[in-house]
Amino acid sequence: MRLLFTGAAVTSVLISLLIVGSLAGEAWSFLRSVNLSSLWDLGWFPRREMFDIKTVLVGTLLISLIAMLVATPLGLGAAIYLSEYARPRARRWLKPILEVLAGVPSVVLGYFALTWISPNIVQRLNPHAGVFSMAAAGIGVGILVTPLVASVTEDAMQAVPHALREASYGLGAKKVTTVTRVVFPAAASGIVASLILGISRAIGETMVVAMAAGAVGGSLFEVNVFEPGQTMTAAMTALAIGSDQVAGGGGEGAVNAFQSLFFLGLLLFLMTLGLNLLSDRFVRRVREKY
Amino acid sequence: MTAPAVPRTEDLVGQSIQGRRVGFGDIAFPAALLLALLFALLFLSTLLVDVFVRAWDALAGRGFSVVTNPLSLNAETAGLWQSIMGSLALTAVVAVLAFPIGVGAAVYLEEYASDNRFTRFINTNIRNLAGVPSIVYGILGFTIFVRFVNATGAGGGVGGKNLLAGGLTLAALVLPIVIITTAEALRAVPAAIREAGFGVGATRWEVIRYHVVPYAAPGILTGTVLTLARAFGETAPLLLVGAATGFFSVGAAGPLDKITGPYTALPVTIFSWARQPGADFRSLTAAAIVVLLAVMLTANAAAIILRNRFERKW
Repeated sequence: MRLLFTGAAVTSVLISLLIVGSLAGEAWSFLRSVNLSSLWDLGWFPRREMFDIKTVLVGTLLISLIAMLVATPLGLGAAIYLSEYARPRARRWLKPILEVLAGVPSVVLGYFALTWISPNIVQRLNPHAGVFSMAAAGIGVGILVTPLVASVTEDAMQAVPHALREASYGLGAKKVTTVTRVVFPAAASGIVASLILGISRAIGETMVVAMAAGAVGGSLFEVNVFEPGQTMTAAMTALAIGSDQVAGGGGEGAVNAFQSLFFLGLLLFLMTLGLNLLSDRFVRRVREKY
Repeated sequence: MTAPAVPRTEDLVGQSIQGRRVGFGDIAFPAALLLALLFALLFLSTLLVDVFVRAWDALAGRGFSVVTNPLSLNAETAGLWQSIMGSLALTAVVAVLAFPIGVGAAVYLEEYASDNRFTRFINTNIRNLAGVPSIVYGILGFTIFVRFVNATGAGGGVGGKNLLAGGLTLAALVLPIVIITTAEALRAVPAAIREAGFGVGATRWEVIRYHVVPYAAPGILTGTVLTLARAFGETAPLLLVGAATGFFSVGAAGPLDKITGPYTALPVTIFSWARQPGADFRSLTAAAIVVLLAVMLTANAAAIILRNRFERKW
């Protein structure tokens, strides 16, 4: 029995190895066959052998930034309210609803970003914005990330011992002071962890960006968030479904274009892995303290 | 998870010390926090209302044929039958693969493994796997599982890009989440239960089989339901393992051909319908989202009820 269970646990290690193996091999052959100067070009047009990394990186970072601008106030606010202010009865109702928001599939939020956020928020902020924009995708990703930020932050605040709060009240501090000056700093590591985790999730989010950010086949380098933009994940989706016609087409260029999928995948994997390890470290710091 | 109903000591102490002295910050700060929470909930309700209003045309005009008709390029008659069946079949494959392996791994890590470097490595590895973006799992499926399915001769007419490869990919995707939620449920069972079992001479396996796992079962099941719901709604990895190829497949083939042949899934259909130019698919896309959300929200509600009902205070 024990051997069977050990085998099950080792399966997870095997999956990690397979992921790294499948990414690294093909990414390496992509880097070897492609002209390295094409990694710094006018834009991301895989079919024309233009694999500009800065286009997809900047697009990814801009959308993650907008997402965190939405998710940080909403997530932290909701978490602090639930942890410190909500009465047990209200908590019992509010928390499951937030969990439902966490369960909404990303393809649904992508549709929502395209059909509601884009006309009702983005195009009101900037009438020149088109239907597809990095801003709409960013807000959509932000809503998707909010419950994650809220739940990790709430866990961190709940982990702060009650004795700290009692000591603060004992000194005559008000509730606001206790929450902002005692509980919040004590939970700071966990809160930082939740934000890092949120960024990691935003970087890896695929469907919202693929549906609402536009630029399916390729994109010029773009920093205006009211314009369509390209992210690593959206570029991968475009290559996967062949919307830029590379999947079925033959020829040397098409092969390189399809292999850029693995290169992007490796880049994405390394970025999220780094962020997750960092966040893990912060979480462990909270656990060690109390 | 739920807070105790008794007032917390620090609240009582705080109230008695502060008396009725209420300043601006005491009102404005919690009000701002509540506003943040309500804003998040507002987005959720707007999403639900908006999608439902858009779907109304198709749902009211077409009735159940939206669900029971086969896929088609004609928006007048197109339905979701293959998509729903495909998603259910995928979820079944995920349940068969990820549930036993995930629970087994969690039992090993929580009940058997000692706290050494190897165990810590596996635990860190699992937490990191849970954070790997879903599209990267699509690459894993494309390079490994598709070839594996093809090599076993079950590739069908699509070179291995079939339900089995899709199910394997999604199972790998949710495996770390199953392990994490199961391990949490096992950890919540007090050590006293195990010690009592050992005290009357039970073996480790007997303690696990008859005491620990039954006590943790509600937690494990809740986690599993949520995880399967997540697999049901996942889109991105399936795009790489062939789900899009099933757009034209009509279910006249035998059951074996259905499993090894082209397939599609509900979220993938939503994605491809949302990309259709022109207005005729617009309401139908929203109707498909309503169907997807109905399944997801039912699963979520079931999980929450299950948890509240069987949650145990030790």
